[in-house]
Order: sequence, then structure tokens, then C-alpha cells
Amino acid sequence: MSWAFLCDLLSGVNKYSTGIGRIWVAVVFMFRLLVYVAAAENIWKHEHDEFECNIKQPGCENVCFDHFFPVSYIRLWALQLIMVSTPSLLVVFHVAYRENREKHHHQKLYKNPGKIDGGLLYTYLISLILKTGLEIVFLVLFYKLYDGFKIPRLVKCDIKPCPNTVDCYISKPTEKMIFLYFLVATSCLCIVLNLGELSYLVFKYSIKYYLKRHVKKQQ
Amino acid sequence: MDWGALHTILGGVNKHSTSIGKIWLTVLFIFRIMILVVAAERVWGDEQQDFVCNTLQPGCRNVCYDHFFPISHIRLWALQLIFVSTPALLVAMHVAYRRHEKKRQFRKGDQKCDFKDIEEIRKQRFRIEGSLWWTYTSSIFFRLIFEAVFMYAFYFMYDGFRMPRLMKCNAWPCPNTVDCFVSRPTEKTVFTIFMIAVSSICILLNVAELCYLLTKFFLRRSKKAGNSKQQPNHENKEETKQNEMNELISDSCQNTVIGFSS
Repeated sequence: MSWAFLCDLLSGVNKYSTGIGRIWVAVVFMFRLLVYVAAAENIWKHEHDEFECNIKQPGCENVCFDHFFPVSYIRLWALQLIMVSTPSLLVVFHVAYRENREKHHHQKLYKNPGKIDGGLLYTYLISLILKTGLEIVFLVLFYKLYDGFKIPRLVKCDIKPCPNTVDCYISKPTEKMIFLYFLVATSCLCIVLNLGELSYLVFKYSIKYYLKRHVKKQQ
Repeated sequence: MDWGALHTILGGVNKHSTSIGKIWLTVLFIFRIMILVVAAERVWGDEQQDFVCNTLQPGCRNVCYDHFFPISHIRLWALQLIFVSTPALLVAMHVAYRRHEKKRQFRKGDQKCDFKDIEEIRKQRFRIEGSLWWTYTSSIFFRLIFEAVFMYAFYFMYDGFRMPRLMKCNAWPCPNTVDCFVSRPTEKTVFTIFMIAVSSICILLNVAELCYLLTKFFLRRSKKAGNSKQQPNHENKEETKQNEMNELISDSCQNTVIGFSS
């Protein structure tokens, strides 16, 4: 069980997406998943071992690390990737449900089970709203947990059993900050793509609906 | 999920590339991605653990390491490879879009697409003409830009391509100027020079491909201008494109229509 599962999921989703949806999948693959696996994971690999405090008191380093990093950046990043990809499963399930119905009734109920119309449109819109909401939630979480999007070189810690205020040094702060900004930038790009897709779909289908009504009225 | 997934994605683009494009892709996978994963990552694997400073002051090593390596070589290469591979996705998306349009035409039972089945549409190789030419050329252009930007960033950040053995550091909390020693400097220099050399080869290949495509474009235009002077046919652009596509189709068509139940 690894990221390959998410890969397969996203490839499946790609089939039922609009054009903007496919760009979203490509951005998530290339700029978030691949960057995470190929680069970011290794930066945070030894973060606890490399976290150093200017004190010999046993336990002080552990306690300070735990205080400043309740949940590691890299774990939050992984959670974000998983959560943000999951709403697309709703669309896959709905299409599978449609195909199942057709099989059950032994007749063609839908012109094309994968086409975004009727109930599937609402499912798709809900999945877009969920994706956007989750992205924003995680960005706010990052901001609140770590006091903004900066990683300091030095943090001062005075929790028991540290005898008084000690200096603790975070390893590779600049590199971590660069990748944090990269994460924030790609999240914002994904939010923009999702909102764009949402507006496009709402616009397209409202025009279709009003045209149909207009034609009906005329008849 | 790793570089293998990138291989799958870009492998699809390979079919629609020029020969130089195929060579570029091979160089990318064998001499850059494979070297990165199999060798370079091991060399830089223990970089902070084995970065040693001549002081016992806690925190000095961390701070000096961060000062001299704002972003590690290996991460910069990984980012460079990802950015350089991304424009090929544009081509992949364009090809997928064209295939989708053809499938739609086939399903509608369009007159122009009689002698085809879905499998042939899927396997068809598109020639680099029309809008695909523009997409392909812009993807090469972006590739060049990304390569150049990363090479410059590398040179700028590390003051050249050599890894020194010894660095002198006096950032706080180091009490005064301390000597810090990088682990495996020679091996790192060798790999850095290797990666830079292969980047340069890729840049040359991209420039060659760009020149080739431009030459082909201008030759085709002058041929068309010559042809239209002889036969004032006044075909518009769309019909010309459609005719070219139909020629392609009829070259590989079967005589029986294979039904596709809609």
C-alpha cells in the first residue's frame, strides 16, 4: 500500500473529468505527489535526530521538539494529498452505480454513464466544493499550527525538564521553507483550478437549462 | 508512486515525438533520472549527518549547514527534472484531446470517419502539424527555459560547480570562525559535473529539435505557397487539415466497417 494506489485512483478519475479537471489531476501528480515522494520526504526524514538543543539535560530535546512540532509538516502534507484526492471517489462511485443500474435492469438507462449530466453533475460539483474546502482547511491549519509559513533557524524552549530557556536549532530551515512555499503555491493553484472548473460547469449548465426552458416556452 | 509513474506518462508522448525528441527522452530517463535515483541520492544521502564542524557548540553545525546549503543539490535536480518533464504533458493532453474528438466524430457516425474502429483511433500516431505543432514547439521552448533557469540557479547558489572540502563559518551561535568539512566532496563534484554536462546535452538536443521543427514548418509553407500558385484551389485551413488526416486514415484503413455499438 503506497502512493501507487492514489496514482491509480487519480488515473481513474481522469476519465470522467472535464478539461480543467484533467489539468488539476496533472498538477496534483507532477507538482505535488511527485515532488513529495522524490524530494520533500527526504528533507524531513531525520528531522528529530537533527533537532539540536544547547543543553545536556535528558528529555529536554524530546519535549521541545514535541512542543514545536505537534504534527510534522511532512505528515500534514501527506494527509492533505490524500484528503484532497478523495472527493473524486464520489464521482467514480456514482458512475459505477449508474453502470450497475444499467446491468441490473438489462437496458440502456443512460446515453453515456460517464457523461456529466443529471445527478452526476451534482456529485461532481459537490466533489469540487469538498476538494476546495479541504485545501483551504489544510492551508489554514498549516498557518495556525506553525505561526505563519516561516520556519525559524532557532527556537527558544523553556518547558520542563529543561532547566531554563534553552536555544534549540531546527535542521535545514531554508530548504524546508522553500518546499513549504512550493506546497502553498501548488495548493493555491489547485484551489484556483477547482473554482474555475466550478464556475465553468455552473455557467455551462445554467445556459443549457435556460435555453431548454426558452425552447419549451416557445413550443 | 515514483519516477516510474513519470516514465509511464512520458512514454505515451514518445510515440508522437520527433526522432530528436525520442533521443531527448532516452537521455532524460537513462542519464538523469536513473543516475539520480541509483547513484546521486546515495552520495548525498548522509550529507547532514557527515557534515562536521570543528566545534562542540550545539546548533553551530545545523546553522552552518543551512547557511551553505539553502537547498540541497539533490532536491534541486529532482525539481529540475520534474519541471523539465512537465511541458511534455501539454503535448500528451493535446494528443488525448484530438483522440477524444476523433472518437466523438466516429461515434456520431460522421461521414469522414467511416473506415476506422476505436482501436485504430487509439493507436493512431498524429503527425506534428497544425495546432499540435504549436503545442509541441512551445513545450520545447518551455523545456529550454526551465533547463537554463535551473542551471543558472545552481551556478548562482553554489558559486560554480565545485564542492569545496572545507567551508569557514561564523554564523551565530558559532563562537567564532569555525572550520566545517563537507562529506565526499570529490564524489559530489564528479556527479555535479556529470549532471551539468547531461543538462547541456539536453539543451543542445532541444535547440536542435526546435531548429528542425522551424525548418520543417517553413519548408512546408513554401511548398504550399508553390502548390497554391499552380492550383488556385482555395481550400481553407480546416479542409486542408481534414484532408491530411483523411489521407493518414485511408493509408491504414480496412475495407470492412467494424460496427461499434453505441
